[in-house]
Amino acid sequence: MAAKDAKQTKLPLKVVQLEGQVVLKIAKHCRESDASLRDSEATVTGQLLGLDVGSTLEITDCFPYPGNAGEEEQEAVGEGESYQLEMMRCMREVNADNNTVGWYQSTISGSFQVVEIIETFVSYMESLDRCVCIVYDITAAAGGALGLKAIRLSEAFVEAYREGSLTIEKIRAKGLSWRDMFVEIPITVHNSTMAAALAAEIAPSSAATTLDCERLNLGVAPLLEKNLEYLNDCLDDLMVEQGKLSMHQNQLRRQQQAIAQFKMQRRQENMARRAAGEEPLSEEPPEGMFKPVAEPNQLDNMLLSNQMASYCQHINSATQQALSKLTLMEGLQNAF
Amino acid sequence: MAPTPLTLAVGPTENSVRVHPVVLFTITDAFLRRKEEQERVIGTLLGTIADGVVEVKNCYAVPHSESHDQVALDVQHHHTMAALQHRVNSREQIVGWFSTGDPDASRSRDALIHSFYGNECPNPVHLALDTSGQGGTMSVRAFVSCALSIGGRELAREFSEVDCEVRSTEAERVGVDLLSTELQEKLPGDMEGLADSFERLQQSLQQAQDYVDAVVAGKRKGNTAIGRYLAETVAAVPHFGREEFERMLTDQQNDCTLVLFLSKLIQAHLALADKLGTMQLPLL
Repeated sequence: MAAKDAKQTKLPLKVVQLEGQVVLKIAKHCRESDASLRDSEATVTGQLLGLDVGSTLEITDCFPYPGNAGEEEQEAVGEGESYQLEMMRCMREVNADNNTVGWYQSTISGSFQVVEIIETFVSYMESLDRCVCIVYDITAAAGGALGLKAIRLSEAFVEAYREGSLTIEKIRAKGLSWRDMFVEIPITVHNSTMAAALAAEIAPSSAATTLDCERLNLGVAPLLEKNLEYLNDCLDDLMVEQGKLSMHQNQLRRQQQAIAQFKMQRRQENMARRAAGEEPLSEEPPEGMFKPVAEPNQLDNMLLSNQMASYCQHINSATQQALSKLTLMEGLQNAF
Repeated sequence: MAPTPLTLAVGPTENSVRVHPVVLFTITDAFLRRKEEQERVIGTLLGTIADGVVEVKNCYAVPHSESHDQVALDVQHHHTMAALQHRVNSREQIVGWFSTGDPDASRSRDALIHSFYGNECPNPVHLALDTSGQGGTMSVRAFVSCALSIGGRELAREFSEVDCEVRSTEAERVGVDLLSTELQEKLPGDMEGLADSFERLQQSLQQAQDYVDAVVAGKRKGNTAIGRYLAETVAAVPHFGREEFERMLTDQQNDCTLVLFLSKLIQAHLALADKLGTMQLPLL
């Protein structure tokens, strides 16, 4: 977390404080749409409202965006904006906090780490100094975990991103690595006294909750299968990216060879000219003869690495849990 | 001509209401954010109706002002919000309205609001969340209105209470601990959650065992209902032969370990690529 501390000198953002009802609302929105769409690739999004207090970002309310907000049609964008404005106005009328502090979205494990999220972050950051994205992992939630994460982009990465294409040299010069792209901010959950009383009131009296049942579910195979599938896709994509990179290196090498050849020829020519008493020609190749080869952008590469790391982490935790559950089963079976 | 009998006609009312916890939390939040001079908040309930069960899934507060026997509701706000919510989830429709405070204290005004919502949806439900804290509980009650008619002529309507159940599964999924403490410093990790579940499972088993032991030893009088539940639970556990179980267990364990190995391998590759700074996985 050293990167996080270094990135903001004025008031580092240390904690994201979520209101209990926000957690419930996000969970509801993400779960329901998942069930209705039956299309696990579709992500749902919504806006977070709250207050920026010192080093804490308090998120006190949120509202969902209508579906298909991701479609880049001009009309849809205009409508989405009017929806947002209307909703904020209505929220203000009932005295809810109406400062935008970020957005939330559903995700499947690490699949949120794509170019779009960076673009959204950068456009948010133009108007908002501090914004976070809360990601809700549907697969983790199905396995009985909470699956909530607050993330933002690291300052160093945003700086590099704004300067244009990410080349290897630039990444090295800045000491960036894919690990430093996203910064996770710890989440705390706050409830008003009344909400806490309400939760105690409606809490079930039974010993085992739904959460327990989901956690103790022995069937981890589908989850692992899914994660492995994504991991496979990532590896394929990464191979393509690496192919691009090695092609670029080949091109570069060929060009350098051509330049060296050109210089050699010139030198021989010049020797001949000198022997003939003529003015020697410049050894540098004329401009425009060798166009510089554009280096492929390393952004996708970094994002893929990030995704793979998330999938791996997810798999590690899932398998470890599965193994402990199996050990428990063994114990139970032996007791019979 | 025979006199028409007095009938207390009950219309096609819904017989029970199921509330999702998110609704109650939203109402609580709206109550805490009410205007200074206001005593309570009211708002619209959204949800679905199926098989006589009204499922309340969402809600929003509507600004209003009330005096002695008058209520002014911001209808504009209500319609705008309804349209906005409809765009997000078209299956949720208006099913009624909510209010905080004691529902018996403000009946005459409630009737006005209720008749307004009667225009918005057939048979609105009135959900009352007691935020006064009197009696030491926060009760959730639901009402529908029934017509009192004589000879087919409607004379009046009355509120009658219906069953109200809080569907707590959603709250459980998020974690009751998370919602019932005022400030949770750290979110529970995956493994900690599993350990908690293990502990609860163990407790349940221990409790069942203690009970059975006590009954067998004659210290406690057996309850047939509990006995039947226990027998059913034990019977629900699939029985495998020792060898078969061993085989299944090792298969599963091997699968898991292999996947774990694979993922660790990729992690190692990623770490190597990171350290070498080549942006290439070294061995692939």
